[in-house]
Amino acid sequence: MSNILEGAPTVRIEPSRGWISLRLSELWEYRELLYFLTWRDIKVRYKQTALGASWAIIQPLLTMVVFSLFFGKLAGVPSDDVPYPIFSYTALVPWTFFASGLNLSSNSLVQNSSLVTKVYFPRLAMPIASVLSVAVDFALAFLVLVAMMIYYGIAPSWAILWLPLFFLLAFVTSLGVGFWLSALNVTYRDVRYTLPFLVQLWLFLTPVAYPSSLLEEPWRTLLGINPMAGVVESFRWALLGTDTAPGSMIAVSALVALGILASGAFYFRRMERSFADVV
Amino acid sequence: MVNNTAISVNKISKRYRIGLQKQRYRTLRESLANSPGASARNIRTKLTGTRSARSKPIIWALKDISFEVGHGEVLGIIGPNGSGKSTLLKILSRITEPTSGWAEIRGRVGSLLEVGTGFHPELTGRENIYLNGAILGMRRLQIERRFDEIVSFAEVERFVDTPVKRFSSGMQMRLAFSVAAHLEPEILLVDEVLAVGDLSFQRKCMGKMTEVAGEGRTVLFVSHAMPAVSQLCDRVLVLLSGRLTYDGDTNAAINLYTRSIDDGQDVIDTSASSQRSGTGEGKIVQVRLRGADGGTVSFGIGEPFKVQMMIELRDRISQLVAGFELTSLDGNRILNVRSDSQGLSFGPYLNNQVVTLTISVPGLPLYPGTYLIYPWFASRGGKRVDNLEEGIKINLVSQGLLESEALIQARRGVILIDCSWEAHESTKRSDDHPTLSPSRATSE
Repeated sequence: MSNILEGAPTVRIEPSRGWISLRLSELWEYRELLYFLTWRDIKVRYKQTALGASWAIIQPLLTMVVFSLFFGKLAGVPSDDVPYPIFSYTALVPWTFFASGLNLSSNSLVQNSSLVTKVYFPRLAMPIASVLSVAVDFALAFLVLVAMMIYYGIAPSWAILWLPLFFLLAFVTSLGVGFWLSALNVTYRDVRYTLPFLVQLWLFLTPVAYPSSLLEEPWRTLLGINPMAGVVESFRWALLGTDTAPGSMIAVSALVALGILASGAFYFRRMERSFADVV
Repeated sequence: MVNNTAISVNKISKRYRIGLQKQRYRTLRESLANSPGASARNIRTKLTGTRSARSKPIIWALKDISFEVGHGEVLGIIGPNGSGKSTLLKILSRITEPTSGWAEIRGRVGSLLEVGTGFHPELTGRENIYLNGAILGMRRLQIERRFDEIVSFAEVERFVDTPVKRFSSGMQMRLAFSVAAHLEPEILLVDEVLAVGDLSFQRKCMGKMTEVAGEGRTVLFVSHAMPAVSQLCDRVLVLLSGRLTYDGDTNAAINLYTRSIDDGQDVIDTSASSQRSGTGEGKIVQVRLRGADGGTVSFGIGEPFKVQMMIELRDRISQLVAGFELTSLDGNRILNVRSDSQGLSFGPYLNNQVVTLTISVPGLPLYPGTYLIYPWFASRGGKRVDNLEEGIKINLVSQGLLESEALIQARRGVILIDCSWEAHESTKRSDDHPTLSPSRATSE
């Protein structure tokens, strides 16, 4: 393996102005650091907790129980002809991934301020590592989902092949918003206080507890402007075979998510120059 | 540009705005209130706009710094706190951007601005070595290859698999330094990191740094430890309030710097100092240092000076003895002045009396540099009543007794005396035994 900066390259240091390049190649050169940061986040997350990694399962599972009781039983919310518990849990798994990823990434720069002020590395690595580390939690929660599918006797169709792509969509959404909020959080600590509220509000704007089929077209497609709506419905479609294929909605979600990711990354890079001075 | 240049710095300046934090919050609220959908660009424009720039004071942490460093050169950077040394290293390691000017760096850069950056208390020593190594820019293979070396240098073999939070702080520091010391960049930027661990480990760190410097790597070394600077560096920059005031010979730079840190404070109010010990039946409230000519805390070598302490007594004291210890900056006690060693005591004094005691010290035959004075007083035969544990700085500067070139050669000692010298010459006798070498002759 060759060294990081083989061949004594010349680095020019000068004030940057305006919008600057993302320098993704540099990010790639620092992939080992990205790996170690992710690995650290995973290792440390459940240290000194009694229940350890089962927290990754408990959260979506308990929310599912609460939703099933209140929305499924009491309110009688429809669930696209699948049992309500698995209907909501299938949505809660990607949702929890999104929410924890957003939480961690938004606070990543502030929490690691000692790194930011003392070491150089592409700062984008910080929120990326945060979201990556939550993927492990996602995998654990997904195992429970598989168990539930077996219990309810739901066999997935070929549509399950799309799932990795839908997971990517959740990833991109979480990371894109994470880029925005982590960069804002450096200057405005307001983000920290806004975040729980924002996530809660977002949950209700996302068809987690209810099906998007409650909405007529074109409103349903418009709901896709919230990328998590597309994620949640696509998960249901791929795993549970809810027959209301939300194709146009997912397309809208994907576009919006990519837009957030790109704008977030550029905004992040633009603000990056002052991180070490302000954080 | 010449191929041999590793770092060129051209008119680098860095501006900081003071008291920005409050401003930020206000502007956020304003911008949100004014336009609910305000883009971040708007917020930013408001934030860094002319209005806030005009209303807030700014400081230049660095102003028009230019210099070049050749490959393999070991460059020291010295200056008082807040002179911009660390900011300069931060800019060169790309942590923060300059406000204006540019720099070019040719080669792989490793920077070590703080020992233990990124250490996580919950992770084990082993895990932290990998994490910290990666943070400092090492490849995994590189860390694996040098893992044992790192562990044994830090002397933590038995604890490699223990979480770092169970380490003593000394062990943590040693491990952190050890990881950093095994970096292999072509250009190394180091900020004051040698003051780690106990004395023997510090010596080891110093040895390691000397080794690194000797390997032909380019090193930029920021430090307050002048002996380390003079031992390691070929060339030294002196920064004063963000400006480059000297660039050149190591010892000349150190002399210049030691002279400049004279803070001109010859009356030191010690009444509120918490770093003191003793029975507390009285207190040294003020210490005054005066040169023979009533000058300040900087004295010429061999120049007599006075140490005056003002003592506020709470209880009565029948026989008061006093004195001071003088140490070098690294804590070696050089001088112990006490009245009872000359058979002297003072008093009796009643309670609540204020006693001013003046000790006239003849010229000290010490090498130039900064020394610390620790005054104390006691009741004869009893415990110390008050003992200042925070040293008062005095600077001894060369005043013609030595040429600075001579100082450079002779720095290894403590005491500097004015000897008289004689030399005789004669012709070598032809019948001398040819194998008798001069060195052997002198050792006999």
